[in-house]
Amino acid sequence: MQYLVSVIDDKSNPGSTDRRPAISAFNERLIAEGYWVFSGGLADTDAATVIDNRGEQAVFSDGPFVESKEYLAGVWVWEAPDLDVALKLAAEASKVCDRKIEVRPFL
Amino acid sequence: MSDAEEAITRAHHDEWARVVAALTRRFGDLDIAEEAAAEAFATAVERWPADGAPPNPGAWLTTTANRKAIDRIRRENKRDGKHREAQMTYDDPPEPVGAIDDDRLRLIFTCCHPALAMEARVALTLRMVGGLTVPEIARAFLVQGTTMERRITRAKAKIKAARIPYRMPSADDLPARVSGVLAVLFLVFNEGYLASGPGTDPVRHDLTTEAIRLTRLIRALLPQDGEVAGLLALMLLIEARRPARVSAGGELVPLAEQGRGAWDGELIAEGHRLVRERLAAAAAGVAPGRYQILAAINAVHTSARDIRDTDWSQVLALYDQLVRLDPSPIIALNRAVAVAELDGPQVALAIVDRLAEALAGYHAYHATRADLLRRLGRSQQSRAAYDRAIELAGNTGETAYLTRRRDQLQ
Repeated sequence: MQYLVSVIDDKSNPGSTDRRPAISAFNERLIAEGYWVFSGGLADTDAATVIDNRGEQAVFSDGPFVESKEYLAGVWVWEAPDLDVALKLAAEASKVCDRKIEVRPFL
Repeated sequence: MSDAEEAITRAHHDEWARVVAALTRRFGDLDIAEEAAAEAFATAVERWPADGAPPNPGAWLTTTANRKAIDRIRRENKRDGKHREAQMTYDDPPEPVGAIDDDRLRLIFTCCHPALAMEARVALTLRMVGGLTVPEIARAFLVQGTTMERRITRAKAKIKAARIPYRMPSADDLPARVSGVLAVLFLVFNEGYLASGPGTDPVRHDLTTEAIRLTRLIRALLPQDGEVAGLLALMLLIEARRPARVSAGGELVPLAEQGRGAWDGELIAEGHRLVRERLAAAAAGVAPGRYQILAAINAVHTSARDIRDTDWSQVLALYDQLVRLDPSPIIALNRAVAVAELDGPQVALAIVDRLAEALAGYHAYHATRADLLRRLGRSQQSRAAYDRAIELAGNTGETAYLTRRRDQLQ
């Protein structure tokens, strides 16, 4: 079972910026224990571009698809046998990243 | 009621959770288990009056439900064009009792999973473990049947999509998960004990009874857990006072004014036995949790012949213990009631006033304040506090009581 694990930051109350070494160590452990499928931190939402090509021509717009105080700061994909395992890891991830975490199953 | 009807009612009471739990384990799907269990009971309603109840109703229901589930899976496979025969046999070897009991616990922990919204946990537990129908649960919580149906469907879909597991929590998660289950049951009980909403009875016997029945089940499955025993004792001691709780005119009667002869002595005796069991454990060094302390407080009340006979210093000592465990403003408010009895309403009012900010929207805060102000002869302020309490109280019997008290002010 694969889960998308999103790291959520808050513009008005951002998490601390010194988490990189702790996140690296956590990733090493995820890999060693067989949970890690993918991970990546994301550039600021200012760097996002949205494309809508459902009409006659592609329309580009600058910025994220939804403007909000909270935004996606990074993602993981984990392979875990069930939600309890994923939630336990996510609880650790929240501490390690000093940010909220959303766990969402893939179909 | 005919013999067959009685047998069906009893089987529903005793076997529903067992059948759903066994089928969930076998098919890994709550939806299939629920539907097949419901069909099996419907079949019993058709057959038992003519054929007589089977010698082992539980086994009959499980076997019948298994067949229904397999039929459904075959139907769906055919419809999906897979033509896959279900790899299942009709006749299961009998399960050892321990394993079946574990299944019911698994079912309870799945329904009360912390990843589900509280209202979904309540609905799912009453449906899957309690065997209440969706319209019954909808009525109990004053929502439309379709709304409740959606709530349950959505919860089942999340369990499936997110793969919420069907198993016992790990040992280190167990205390937190048990406490989550107890929170669900206490919520059901409280909704029955102090029913909200206009047009409902002030006390909903169906909900308090169901909450006690499910807590008894958990007590049987987790006999070593002190908080389970504590919650059961707490519910029993509150339920014991139910016959005296509502007046003939539909008003809630406060503890001090209840006719204690109407209390249920059997429930009190059972509650006191459980409290004594936990006191012995506490004496042996096992720190009691909040339900055990709340049960002990209630036992002080149910031990008193009348309100004047109440050992308030014991009540206060227990509240002091509870505050250390749970420093919430609601506990502090209840503690103040005991302080009023020991040190007078003036001292209690000072405590209550410090809770103003935290409890401004809580009817019991204003009702407690109104009573203390009344006892101090401060009628005008008391009246204002009663007004606010009446505005906020959702229980018809409580509103009636508070209104009368307000109108009696000089």
